[in-house]
Amino acid sequence: MSEPRVMVVTGTRKGIGRYLAEHYVAQGFRVVGCSRATPDWTLAGYEHFAADVSDEPAVKEMFRQVRRRHGRVDVLLNNAGIASMNHVMLTPLSTVRDVFATNVLGTFLFCREAARLMSADGRGGRIVNFAPVATPLRLEGEAVYAASKAAVESLTRVLARELAPFGITVNAVGPTPVETDLIRSVPKEKMDALIARQAIPRLGEMRDISNVIDFFIREESRFVTGQVLYLGGV
Amino acid sequence: MPASVEEIRRSVAHAIDEYNAAEGTAVPAADDTVLLGGGAAVDSLGLVRLVLTVERRLEDDFGTAVSLTDEKAMSQRHSPFRSVGALVAYAALCLADRP
Repeated sequence: MSEPRVMVVTGTRKGIGRYLAEHYVAQGFRVVGCSRATPDWTLAGYEHFAADVSDEPAVKEMFRQVRRRHGRVDVLLNNAGIASMNHVMLTPLSTVRDVFATNVLGTFLFCREAARLMSADGRGGRIVNFAPVATPLRLEGEAVYAASKAAVESLTRVLARELAPFGITVNAVGPTPVETDLIRSVPKEKMDALIARQAIPRLGEMRDISNVIDFFIREESRFVTGQVLYLGGV
Repeated sequence: MPASVEEIRRSVAHAIDEYNAAEGTAVPAADDTVLLGGGAAVDSLGLVRLVLTVERRLEDDFGTAVSLTDEKAMSQRHSPFRSVGALVAYAALCLADRP
C-alpha cells in the first residue's frame, strides 16, 4: 500500500478550514492543520499545530516537524485569512498590519516552506491559495482586505512561474461569501448587494470551494497553474 | 556546542555530493567554486536547488532548521551564495545565530 499523501491546510480551527480538513481526511489524505488556537475537535488522520501563520519561526518549526514525521508535503491549502470591514478613513494602521500579516505574509511563508519540502525529492506538489471575490468586485468597505487578496493573486501568478521548474503548480480559488464567522459582521443589505453582482446570486457553499480545489490538486491538473478561479460567475 | 566551520564545510561538501548525484553534475566542493554569474558551476535554478540541498543537509547534520535566505541572494558581488566558500561562511553565520 502506498503512503498517504500529506496535505497542509491553514486556518483549520473552524469554518472552511475545518471543512477542508474533514473533506480531505475522508479522501485519504494525512492532513496537517494549523491555527492560532487549538481546535475543540479531533479527527483520525488529522494533526494540529498551534501557530500564527505570520510567525516565521513557528511556521518553520511546523514544517520541520512535518518533514520529520512525514518526509513530504503534497498539497498546501492557504485557507487562513482575516477580514476587516471599515471605511478607509476610519481604519487604523494596526488593522492593515494584521490583515496583511495573516493574508499576505502567512500565504508567502507557507508557500515558501511548502515549496522547499515539495521540491526536495523531485515529487513536486500543488499549492492552492485563497483569493476571494472581494478583489475583482472592488468592494467598498473592504479596501484593506481586497488589497491583501490582490497581493495573494499576484503572488499566486508569479509563484506559478517560479515554482513550475520544480513540478509545483500554484493556483487560487476565489470564493464568494460563504456562511462563516468572516461574514457575520457584514450588514445584510451589504451582503445582498454583493451577492446580486454575481452571475449566480447566492451564498457559496463549502462544497463549491472544495470542488475547485479537488480540480486543482488532481493528478490530471499538472498543466494548470497560475490561475485564479472565481466562483459564482464573478 | 556550536558547529565548527570545518564541520559545516564537510556538511556543505556532502550536500554538493547529493546535488551532483541528483542532477548528474560535477560541481566541485572547493571554496573557490563560483556559484553565481560568469563562470558559475550551476545555473540560477541549479543554485536554488543546491542551496535547498545544503539547508536540508545542515538540518540533518546539526539538528536545527536553518533558512539560507538573504536579500542579496542573487547579487553577484554581495551574495552569500556567490561561491562555495561564501556559502560555507554564510551557513556558519546562520547556524551561530540559532538559539
